[in-house]
Amino acid sequence: MVQTIKFSIDGLSVAYHDFWALSEVSLEIPAHRVTALIGPSGCGKSTFLKTLNRMNDLVDGAKVKGAVLLDGQDIYGREVDVARLRKRVGMVFQRPNPFPMSVYDNVAYGPRVHGTRGRATLDALVERSLRSAALWDEVKDRLGRPALDLSGGQQQRLVIARLLAVEPEVLLMDEPASSLDPISTAKLEELIHRLKQQYTVVIVTHNLQQAARISDYTAFFLGGRLIELDGTAKLFTTPVDKRTEDYITGRFG
Amino acid sequence: MNSRRQESLARVALGSAACLTVAVMLAITGQVLASGLSHVSPAFLLEAPRSMGREGGILPTIISTAYLTTVALAVASPLSIGAAVYLAEYARRGRLVQGIRFATESLAGVPSIIFGLFGFSVFVLKLGMGWSVLSGGLTLALMILPTMVRATEEALQSVPARYREGSLALGASRWQTVTRVVLPSALPGIATGVILSVGRAVGETAAVLLTAGSALGVPQSLGDPARSMAVHLYILASEGISMDRAYATGSVLVILVVLVNAATNYLGRRRVPGRRKHAWSRPSSSA
Repeated sequence: MVQTIKFSIDGLSVAYHDFWALSEVSLEIPAHRVTALIGPSGCGKSTFLKTLNRMNDLVDGAKVKGAVLLDGQDIYGREVDVARLRKRVGMVFQRPNPFPMSVYDNVAYGPRVHGTRGRATLDALVERSLRSAALWDEVKDRLGRPALDLSGGQQQRLVIARLLAVEPEVLLMDEPASSLDPISTAKLEELIHRLKQQYTVVIVTHNLQQAARISDYTAFFLGGRLIELDGTAKLFTTPVDKRTEDYITGRFG
Repeated sequence: MNSRRQESLARVALGSAACLTVAVMLAITGQVLASGLSHVSPAFLLEAPRSMGREGGILPTIISTAYLTTVALAVASPLSIGAAVYLAEYARRGRLVQGIRFATESLAGVPSIIFGLFGFSVFVLKLGMGWSVLSGGLTLALMILPTMVRATEEALQSVPARYREGSLALGASRWQTVTRVVLPSALPGIATGVILSVGRAVGETAAVLLTAGSALGVPQSLGDPARSMAVHLYILASEGISMDRAYATGSVLVILVVLVNAATNYLGRRRVPGRRKHAWSRPSSSA
């Protein structure tokens, strides 16, 4: 089967001041698949994720070398509109971060920022996004209530709905389940599984079982380098590199 | 001395210090209110003064105080919020920001009479505004500027970084992020700063006397001189016109400042995370 490549990364290195968090990483991320990034803390997987929508730009002293191509275009090119890039490549953070406003306004935030007006249009968009994030039935009667009153799991799905409302192509997730209870985590994993039909998903996780359950491809990072990338089933059963094997069998990390 | 005795001794000493502070505060306000409150009547609040304030009320000074404070806030609020947003949201950490911060902090420590002197020589004389509501208001604006910048900056810094990240990650610009997410979240803190500044402006005497003058009428325009309540109190007492009236004016001022502080406390309490009520969220009509 021929696969479309969404991201093509070549020789990517990232430094914070003098510390190289990522060295010479090259890999491809296929469209409409879930790619999991695993590795011990500080291995560079979160840094890698943040280069894909240029959230690293916000970090003082961050330097990026190498090429990151999204649909063949370098996102670090001179003429790139970072806001438009982030609209295409959205991000879900470790801790749910709904804004201190109503559920409705949270989901409508992105569309409004990008110029969508009109009550009916927004209403429809909000409902569609909340349905896609599997949250509609739980919040449809309290859209005007503060988003911060929702449970942690609901907040994380709300944040995903907020993201879907700007109609992105790629969803970056930085340990999205790390602050959730097991039931919320299960719901979130189910959601991620459905989302890959429409979106390309890249997820950082500390939970190896989670990576094994939800991803099609898994990349193992260690010390700022990409050690191994393969189909998830293959990487977890017959890893090529000794270090990958040591990590997934729990010998370190 | 064993540590238990040390502990109880410390408790007694520190407790006494706290009690003494409260006692001093109560003594001052109590003395002012005890001597002045009996002379405060509806007529005192609603009538113009007669024979230099020996008779009649203080209405023009209340109005003048309101005018001066309004001008000061109208000038200082946009400036200070703009400066604070720049410092907290736009500027990269570095020499420039440190310089600006040092300047505002130093400015906050400058005695108010220096602001008065500056206002007198620049606004009153050099720019030809004379003793006026405008000169006085501008001088007060300069005086409260550092406090307001500081309070606004702190309010902005207390807004969690993950709100900004969330907004920027959706493709919002920095300006959209600041105006739609950060400033609304910081509003209670900013309001606290504004109200504290009102307290300072209302109580200021020397700088106002030098720049707004001490004419007793109700100012009809920004160019008219004005006498604030604090200045009125100062003149009544220092020229021996009427101590009763001075105390009565003082009582009104004290009550006003206590009310302002109560409002500050109320808003300050609303800033505690989790107790935030979402005043800015629009109710939804859908569903």
